[in-house]
Amino acid sequence: MNKITEELLKEVADFKGEFQGAYNIREDGGCAGRQSTKNIQITSKEDLPGIDIHIAPGTKGETVYIPACVTHSKVDDLVYNDFFVGEGADVVIVAGCGVHSDGEDQARHNGIHRFFLKKGAHVVYKEKHLGTGKGKGLRRIDPVTDVYLEEDSVLEMDTVQLGGVDRTVRKTNGVVGARARLVVRERLMTDGEETARTDFDVTMEGEDSGVDLMSRSVAKGQSHQEFYSCIKGKARCTGHSECDAILSENGTVTAQPALEASHIDASLIHEAAIGKIAGEQILKLRTLGLTEQEAEARIVEGFLK
Amino acid sequence: MLKIEHLAWSIPGGEEIIKDIDFEAEQGKLIVVTGPNGGGKTTLAKLIAGIECPSNGKILFDGEDITNLDVTERAQKGIAYAFQQPVRFKGLTVRDLLELAAGDKLPEEKLCALLGQVGLCANEYIDREMNTSLSGGESKRIEIATVLARQAKLSIFDEPEAGIDLWSFSRLVETFQQLRSRGTGTLLVISHQERILSIADEIVVIADGRVRMIGPGKEVLPQLLADERAARCPLGKEEMA
Repeated sequence: MNKITEELLKEVADFKGEFQGAYNIREDGGCAGRQSTKNIQITSKEDLPGIDIHIAPGTKGETVYIPACVTHSKVDDLVYNDFFVGEGADVVIVAGCGVHSDGEDQARHNGIHRFFLKKGAHVVYKEKHLGTGKGKGLRRIDPVTDVYLEEDSVLEMDTVQLGGVDRTVRKTNGVVGARARLVVRERLMTDGEETARTDFDVTMEGEDSGVDLMSRSVAKGQSHQEFYSCIKGKARCTGHSECDAILSENGTVTAQPALEASHIDASLIHEAAIGKIAGEQILKLRTLGLTEQEAEARIVEGFLK
Repeated sequence: MLKIEHLAWSIPGGEEIIKDIDFEAEQGKLIVVTGPNGGGKTTLAKLIAGIECPSNGKILFDGEDITNLDVTERAQKGIAYAFQQPVRFKGLTVRDLLELAAGDKLPEEKLCALLGQVGLCANEYIDREMNTSLSGGESKRIEIATVLARQAKLSIFDEPEAGIDLWSFSRLVETFQQLRSRGTGTLLVISHQERILSIADEIVVIADGRVRMIGPGKEVLPQLLADERAARCPLGKEEMA
């Protein structure tokens, strides 16, 4: 793997010189390293670019890393990764993505991830996105995450993008079975001329299924963000979504949350707020001795933590 | 250590709320500011903390004229201010706020001691966000704890009793007494509560934007209570006098 990949991996996938356990490192569309374990088998797809990750039933406490990096411009990387998580497995999946460009042309990574969780499986899915480099070429990351949760399974998705990605369209779709839960925490910060679009579409089909979507974002500079979500309740279920956006400088945000209930016992809630940092919050931190700039930075840091 | 001279403040383009206030607070004392609602007590506290700027008069702190210093500069000089209505933050935890107030990382024992002073158990609260999931009483007590954490030369509490339960209030009164007995910082408490008034070294009664009465707590409190028994409101006393 090259030096840029190594640096990106440190930021997006907690890379400390090597990965413990199962991993697959994707670099500029190729494979820069792979390891399977007894319980987690990683194999190349035959018909499409990408990999299949099979996690054996009952696997506990293992972490699988599948980071992807684009290290120069003129790369348009498209990859399909499918995760098959066996019954009762409990694992962590780390899928950081870094895009670096020092050139005039675009550098793009488009990762299409599908998760198939069997009965009672539990997955913590961490996704961190970063753009680096000084080139004028756009750095783009366009992830698609499709989640299929069988009964009693839980997927907790933690997705973070805190800078350097010029354009992103983030699509997350889910189908949630009986007593299964999908929890998504999104943290997003855009600056300069960056744009980001988030699209959630989740259908609760099973009895007593649940969805919790939490999105916090900060739009600085001239950046623009769009947040769309649709939670559909087709059975007795609980759905909650919450999007909070802080505006700074000339940042702009559009939020269009939607709820669709087609069962009498579907209980769906949405909360949304967009605005600049409340003046009283800055004032409170100033009474503790912080300057206005320090107070703003601390509030944003805490908000996106 | 704190000297207020001819302080005045008006609502921008409107009514004069603080008309002419003079008083002096001595180092290590507990001063309670009381008086009728709308008399200018909270405004006075905000003027001292630098949240509002006076239209006239001077504020001297440790002999230095701080009238033109902003909120941050006054905080850095050693003035702490507990808001009457606690501010909520999405994303900042109780620990974050207490550490920002103390200016350093705090060990668990210290966090526990600070929250204990306001009747809260640290284990239940330190990692909770200071957001709307906390009740009014809980957030009020955490707000007070952020001021205690500062160990400031001058700590101002604006109606600390508002919204907290009786048990926590008793604990808070004890805390004020302990702080006073240490004599390291001066406490300026805005309050209507007899139990707080009864432990005051000095009581300042503010009404209609002026100091209506000032003196040692032992002398002023009996007069206030006598007035209460006579069912007279301090408002309008100026006209009667």
